[in-house]
Amino acid sequence: MAILFPSDEWIKELSEQLNASESYERSAKDWEGDFIFVVEPDDAYPETAYLFLALYHGKSPDAALVPSEDARETEFVIRAPFSNWRQVIEGRLDPIQGMMTKRLRLSGNMMKIMRYPKAAKEIVSCCALVPTDFGD
Amino acid sequence: MWYFVSPQIVFGEDALAELDELEGQRALIISDANLVDLGIVDRVRGHLDKAGIDVHVFDAVEPDPTVPTVQRGAQMAQEVAPDWIVGLGGGSPMDAAKAIWVLYERPDLDPAELNPFVHFGLRQKARLITIPTTSGTGAEVTWGIVLTDPVEQRKMGLGNRENAADLAIVDPSLSVSMPPSLTADSGLDALTHAVEGYTCTWHTDLTDGLCTHAAQLIFRYLPRAVADGSDMDARERMANAATSAGLGFGNAMASMAHAMGHVLGSVFHIHHGRAVGICLPYTVEYTAREAPGRYAEMVAQLGCAQEEGSDPGGALARAVRDLCRQIGSPISVAEAGIDSAAYQDQLDKMVDDAFNDTQMVTAARAPSYDELRQLFLYAYEGRPVDF
Repeated sequence: MAILFPSDEWIKELSEQLNASESYERSAKDWEGDFIFVVEPDDAYPETAYLFLALYHGKSPDAALVPSEDARETEFVIRAPFSNWRQVIEGRLDPIQGMMTKRLRLSGNMMKIMRYPKAAKEIVSCCALVPTDFGD
Repeated sequence: MWYFVSPQIVFGEDALAELDELEGQRALIISDANLVDLGIVDRVRGHLDKAGIDVHVFDAVEPDPTVPTVQRGAQMAQEVAPDWIVGLGGGSPMDAAKAIWVLYERPDLDPAELNPFVHFGLRQKARLITIPTTSGTGAEVTWGIVLTDPVEQRKMGLGNRENAADLAIVDPSLSVSMPPSLTADSGLDALTHAVEGYTCTWHTDLTDGLCTHAAQLIFRYLPRAVADGSDMDARERMANAATSAGLGFGNAMASMAHAMGHVLGSVFHIHHGRAVGICLPYTVEYTAREAPGRYAEMVAQLGCAQEEGSDPGGALARAVRDLCRQIGSPISVAEAGIDSAAYQDQLDKMVDDAFNDTQMVTAARAPSYDELRQLFLYAYEGRPVDF
């Protein structure tokens, strides 16, 4: 059954997919740094949502829908309108191209992200494994 | 949305004369000692002299330039205060020139901060001219910068659209002094750009034609340029092919052969073009087994012989290997003279580094860690990929 995006269930399912992914584990084996994904309102989605994803040494030890950007202390925040997140999840927008064209806006140490491009791609690959309901 | 970035390009016979009319006060030429010895730096200096420009030279760029080298170059730029930076040479001096220029403009930056996601506000102090002396890297028109971290023995993919050159001068007479082996290696670099620019996941309608036409030129003219370096027709077409391929892949991306080639180059100091050229047929065979579409298009446009029932990756890989045989280039890592025991010793590091190379993210078929390991082993032995 498809899981509504954005939701607590959805980000927890992504976390489980990451924990099951050998490719992600290999590509992020030294990674330390948690994220908040901010889903901004647009024509297709009226609210703002904050998805917290903990990432540590190739695993995802925690994930939750949180009430605000400050609810958890994270090293990285990525903001984008709902429709751009949808394109990423559906594999229609490469996340690195998204950041290069400012369709995804990152706060945090980009130098660190640039050392783990494969991990970024693996996260998106895992997103595609989450059966997602975009509320259409 | 996406971007297409290109300098103004002056190309063809006597293109270097464009410098005679350059407006400015001081130029800093970034090059290497070999090009000084060959008199090529003096040729460029002569043209800048005609323009009344005061010329300084930083000739300490090594193959696979390192972060400390570009920091030294940037220090010299601060002392000389040029309003033109001129990158003269193969990919190494041109990439070094891009980095030196950025660090001259923005001394507050660490070289590792040269990424495509921020605005640097360049062109406050100087502008950049690139002048290739080989026909391969395409660095004269790309914004990417490859620097080597000498501590980790790792190549770093850096750069920002802002640091593309203002003016690229592609004068085929500058490549005449290249020996056959360098002509072959740099030509294979250009071919790998063309193939990967067309087949990577970031390809676009604006880059496809550049890549396929460049590949056609390379298959046709590289053997001639290797066989007779004074064949000016072949030299000119190869120069144009390399620049076209640079525009193509530079506005799309390279892919897995570059990820593997970067590692081979940094660990075993194999020429970049030779390293990616060795890897190319293996990555083509591997990728095309699951994502044949773009390879089928390229094979059709190149007119490669494809046996009935065979896959397009095999046909393209055979064409690349046939070209390598024609120009005397190795088709395996073993043929490149790398010792088997040394290769095995470095295998884990090579797989790790290639797996996380920036060029790997655009592979149309993403290898698992174990598959990538197999690819390195097949590339060593020269065994066509069957998985």
